[in-house]
Amino acid sequence: MDFIKIITEIEKIDPEIYERLDTRRRVFQHVSGLGKKLSAAALPGLVSMLFNKAYGQSGNTSLPQGIVDILNLALQLEYLEYYFYDKVLTTTSLLNTADAAAVTAIRNDESGHIKVLREALGTRAKPQSAPTADAFDYTAGGRFPNVFTSAAVFFTVAQCFEDLGVRAYKGAAPKLLSNKTLLETALNIHSVEARHASHIRTLRRGLSAGVSGPDAAQALPSLTSLATKPKSWISGTDADGPSAPFTAAIYGAGSPAVGVAAQLFYPAESNVTQVGINVQTTPMAPTNELPLNAASASEAFDEALNDGVVKDIALNFRSALGASIGLELFQ
Amino acid sequence: MSDKSSFFAQSSSFIQRRSFLKYAGATAGTAALVLAGCKDDAPGVEPANTMVEVGSADNGVLNYAYALEQLEAAFYLRLRTGLYYTTIATAAEKQILDDLAKHEKTHVDFLKSVIPSGSIIKTLEVDFSSINFDTRQTVLMAAMTFEDLGVAAYNGAARYLTNPLTVLTLGKIVSVEARHAALIRDLLTYNSFTGSDVVTQFVPASGLPGDGTGTGLEISKTPARVIELVNPFLKDGSKLVAASLA
Repeated sequence: MDFIKIITEIEKIDPEIYERLDTRRRVFQHVSGLGKKLSAAALPGLVSMLFNKAYGQSGNTSLPQGIVDILNLALQLEYLEYYFYDKVLTTTSLLNTADAAAVTAIRNDESGHIKVLREALGTRAKPQSAPTADAFDYTAGGRFPNVFTSAAVFFTVAQCFEDLGVRAYKGAAPKLLSNKTLLETALNIHSVEARHASHIRTLRRGLSAGVSGPDAAQALPSLTSLATKPKSWISGTDADGPSAPFTAAIYGAGSPAVGVAAQLFYPAESNVTQVGINVQTTPMAPTNELPLNAASASEAFDEALNDGVVKDIALNFRSALGASIGLELFQ
Repeated sequence: MSDKSSFFAQSSSFIQRRSFLKYAGATAGTAALVLAGCKDDAPGVEPANTMVEVGSADNGVLNYAYALEQLEAAFYLRLRTGLYYTTIATAAEKQILDDLAKHEKTHVDFLKSVIPSGSIIKTLEVDFSSINFDTRQTVLMAAMTFEDLGVAAYNGAARYLTNPLTVLTLGKIVSVEARHAALIRDLLTYNSFTGSDVVTQFVPASGLPGDGTGTGLEISKTPARVIELVNPFLKDGSKLVAASLA
């Protein structure tokens, strides 16, 4: 076996092979001890390791396909979010100073998530090359024609993406239990998405009241106008979201929607029964100073969505180009 | 609710379930917990019979969550009698704090219902003597501390779970805590919802997604670290230890 010849052959297909090997020079540390005693029998294993390191980075070849699929869906959702925020910042002057600062912070978080997910996936990331903004249709097929010209519409869609992201990562987390590092990473993304969602909701209350910046945090929500004056958390199904009926699925049930207490299932955000316990009427709930009701009981728990429903919703925001470059997990 | 003990136990049965916990002094009604048969006592901790050991695996994490939620619920109840809430807080701030009090109480009651009666920790006694409940800044800063800490704690403890149902269930709580944290932070300093003290900042190197330094990840905390930070808010006899969540 001629190792140099193999590299040369690969170079014809991948001109960056030397750079890949070179920028990860530390892989050679692992083989330095072998020295001259390297036998012909060991060579195939060595070559395999070398290319796993060069192309695959840290051990992704051992990830079960189920986990790879989960991470790829997450990655594509992150691109969806990233370009949404990046586009409004780089191609419009829609946002005021305070909101532009918030959107910049959120975009950068999403960019970090992309980096983390790609590092975990290595060569198994889909798409292998980063998509461009054109892979996405933020009007959702014409439903939001003013998404980049109206702040109200822009933050309507932003709330959808963030709340959907929270539900998606929550649904994914139990499936990552076999890999504690990825589980913790996913949860550390999950809570950041929830922080984003909270802020976008706060900001939208301000928009409804005609204020921005710190005054937005002083704007009152309205349980009878949740679409435009939401709480920073989800109350019931939030009147089917900020743009019903289209947004209803984001706050509705996943699949399966019902199940026995010990199973994983995905009820709507209005759910008040957790692990078989009605958290609104449990005997220990207070009945005096702070009466609980269905709204507060549903607010106290966010609900997850299964990947199939997440994909169905996200697919609304994929462009024809996105389909052509293989954002296939949206299908 | 007689069969509540079975929900989280089922799929973790393959785990070797060492029994760390025994109730001690039951006749004295102290409900103090002692470590029994634990080989991993951390050096330098207070004598075991003054600490509340949360236990291991799913029930340990649920107890840990139950302890943190008790602390939060007690805090939001206590602040209602302070000068900030009674006379200073705006309508929006009162509405927010009322919601938070309800949510945390709901979490406490749920966890109390779902943790098997044989392994649940006691009702904790809190010590808020270090918190000034009369000014906006001190109350909201304390709220921020508890909410951010809650998020970091849930995220950092998930690795000790064995049952996907527990992961899902605690996931439903932690994102609500993150929503709380973000709003309290926005009340204190607008746009600080993902500040560098709680989220590792990503600094872009170019205009390309994923190109830069940092991660945009929440900074999760180990149970040991969280317990260090919360024990000052718990009275002697209610202070936590999580020897098996390490």
